[in-house]
Amino acid sequence: MENNVNIYLFGKLYSVPSSLTIMKAMEYAGYQLVRGCGCRNGFCGACATIYRIAGDPELKTCLACQTQVQENMYIATLPFFPLVKQIYDINTVSTTQAVMMQLYPEIYSCVGCNACTKACTQKLNVMQYIAFAQRGEFDKCADESFDCVMCGVCSSRCPAGISHPQVAMLARRINGKYLQPKTEHLENRVKEIHNGDFKEFLDTLMAESNDQLKERYNNRDIEK
Amino acid sequence: MYTSEEMLQSIKKVEANRAANAAYEPDRMTAEQKEEILATYHPDHIESEFEELKIGPNKGEKVPHELAALLQANSRIDPAKIDLENPKYDVDVLVIGGGGAGSSAAIEAHNGGANVMIVTKLRIGDANTMMAEGGIQAADKPNDSPAIHYIDAYGGGHFAAKHELVEKLVCEAPDAIKWLNELGVEFDKMPDGTMVTTHGGGTSRKRMHACKDYSGAEIMRTLRDEVLNRQIPVVDFTAAIEIILDDGGKAAGAVLMNMETHELMVARAKTVVIATGGAGRLHYQGFPTSNHYGATADGLVLAYRAGAKLLYADSLQYHPTGAAFPEQIFGALVTEKVRSLGAKLVNCEGEVFMHPLETRDVCASSIIRECKARGKGISTGDGLGVWLDTPMIELKNGEGTIEKRIPAMLRMFMEYGIDIRKEPILVYPTLHYQNGGIDITSDGMSGIENLYVAGEAVGGIHGRNRLMGNSLLDVIVFGRNAGRSVAAKFGSVTVGKLTLDHVNKFAEEMKGAGIETDKVSPQLLPDYARKA
Repeated sequence: MENNVNIYLFGKLYSVPSSLTIMKAMEYAGYQLVRGCGCRNGFCGACATIYRIAGDPELKTCLACQTQVQENMYIATLPFFPLVKQIYDINTVSTTQAVMMQLYPEIYSCVGCNACTKACTQKLNVMQYIAFAQRGEFDKCADESFDCVMCGVCSSRCPAGISHPQVAMLARRINGKYLQPKTEHLENRVKEIHNGDFKEFLDTLMAESNDQLKERYNNRDIEK
Repeated sequence: MYTSEEMLQSIKKVEANRAANAAYEPDRMTAEQKEEILATYHPDHIESEFEELKIGPNKGEKVPHELAALLQANSRIDPAKIDLENPKYDVDVLVIGGGGAGSSAAIEAHNGGANVMIVTKLRIGDANTMMAEGGIQAADKPNDSPAIHYIDAYGGGHFAAKHELVEKLVCEAPDAIKWLNELGVEFDKMPDGTMVTTHGGGTSRKRMHACKDYSGAEIMRTLRDEVLNRQIPVVDFTAAIEIILDDGGKAAGAVLMNMETHELMVARAKTVVIATGGAGRLHYQGFPTSNHYGATADGLVLAYRAGAKLLYADSLQYHPTGAAFPEQIFGALVTEKVRSLGAKLVNCEGEVFMHPLETRDVCASSIIRECKARGKGISTGDGLGVWLDTPMIELKNGEGTIEKRIPAMLRMFMEYGIDIRKEPILVYPTLHYQNGGIDITSDGMSGIENLYVAGEAVGGIHGRNRLMGNSLLDVIVFGRNAGRSVAAKFGSVTVGKLTLDHVNKFAEEMKGAGIETDKVSPQLLPDYARKA
């Protein structure tokens, strides 16, 4: 067939339409996926995949749902990777560099090979965000790692055994809870609600007929 | 990359009109215009796509054919072969589903001292929550109030929602944001801590809070991390396939199935929370979907067979802007935030044909009209679409806005050689949300004692149309609500003798109504494997 390409799923040859993503190509080949398939839109990291094009020594990585098949693609999916996730209490966790020494000390064994960055399916600068974590710069680590889908491919390539996505997860939670500025209008509104400030008007609304509410809805003022 | 001559010619018209279109403020539709366009073009109004249920608590009411087939299908089990005497799990709270609602419920139940367990047919976090891009509503700014939010949500839902559920949604919204923020969820904020908020379709105040366009992912991964920190057991790749009742007719657990080995197990529980999400993967009316792989309405099937009533199961949401091109991302969500930030909908002639921030049902109907009735769509190869003129965003807000505020969209289209900062994108409605679901009271309980429901599986919170940002909100508010309710309840529950008699009774009812089918349900996963 003219518009087909040859791909190798776990080493076995299939001919599939060239327009398909790797995930759809597996289904075209007859796989009923259970593992290795999640949101199908690039957000969940379930479909981490490693491939090599015949003749090219470079090992490539991607999300199967986001990547189109190519001729002579040798494909292995990585539906699970044993990341290490440490247990901590977000309410009492240290927000300084010490927390990394305590929970993820292996990040200090990073040899700087940059294999994590090369492997990232989201094209993130993984080694850089680990460097920020090492220095306790959690706001920068959070920002640099923000698009991480926790697929684990970086960790599969790491000679130091670092679980990069979990390190970044901790940094983002510290950033969200402790480092980002507090929101005064939010705190105030929660207090006002607990104080019952809006109750009377809401009770009035809930007692109104649909015609009355339609009148309000159709004539409400819309912020520009 | 756009290569078709038709697309390239049309893009020239879009470009020529861009500056004028960006400055143009289209009128909003009147109430009458909205009613007319919905009645004529919205998929919910195509009567031939619906049928009456013949049995069960909603007998005589209409639902889509695809849902009817699953609600009135055979069980996956023979109740006589299930050993109910020796349950593998015995807990205070069984949460079915590992998305935003299930995780929130589990965390709050755990706070309340319950022995809680999550079962999920895929992994924790494999859920529509993970994919929610645009944001989460809460009336927390000085010019806003829960009452204004109430009117937006209730009116946007066509005055059909349950008052007490909308009240809970809007009143607990600010607290939900605070709770998430204190768990470590990051939000887009100004240097002084003020939340960066925008409009969504149908909002009258800018109350959409976001974490770039990974809002749901940021919330979901944080909730997952918290569940794991608390060491709440998560039994993954395990589906609930029937609710178990006790001899008093109360929910008392579930029959579980390992998705890989198909081993059956029994979980006994004092209370059960259904948090199984939506139904996009049933592809109603052949629409593509923005939904997660597991969105197959399982919770509705489980609850219905056990005797719980549904509400508005005939009401679906078609998100106006699913990706219509290229085919690799056909049906994927293009977040409403793209329109919140200033991109307008433009037809093949380069004309703006509507206000971009009408409610989703009106907006989807308007796009369908433009393509099907007015012949102003653009051919995509798979069908038709209209332009969403993304470069307008940077025209309005300055260069760099797209990368900063909607990086996931930039990444998704860039994979296929389309730079949304410079080129418009093609969109068409995609099946996005199940407005209806299982009927609940404000404590989260269904019509069956001790069976609670949270998240997209609930019906009645949003009436017949949900506003952007009220779903992420609802999974948090009603997830927490269910978790607190079961925590308060489980201590007083004594579980009686477990039974699956209702499964046999349902089979008899099917027979009595003359329903003969090979179909088994819940469906669990869509079947996309090509049959050679």
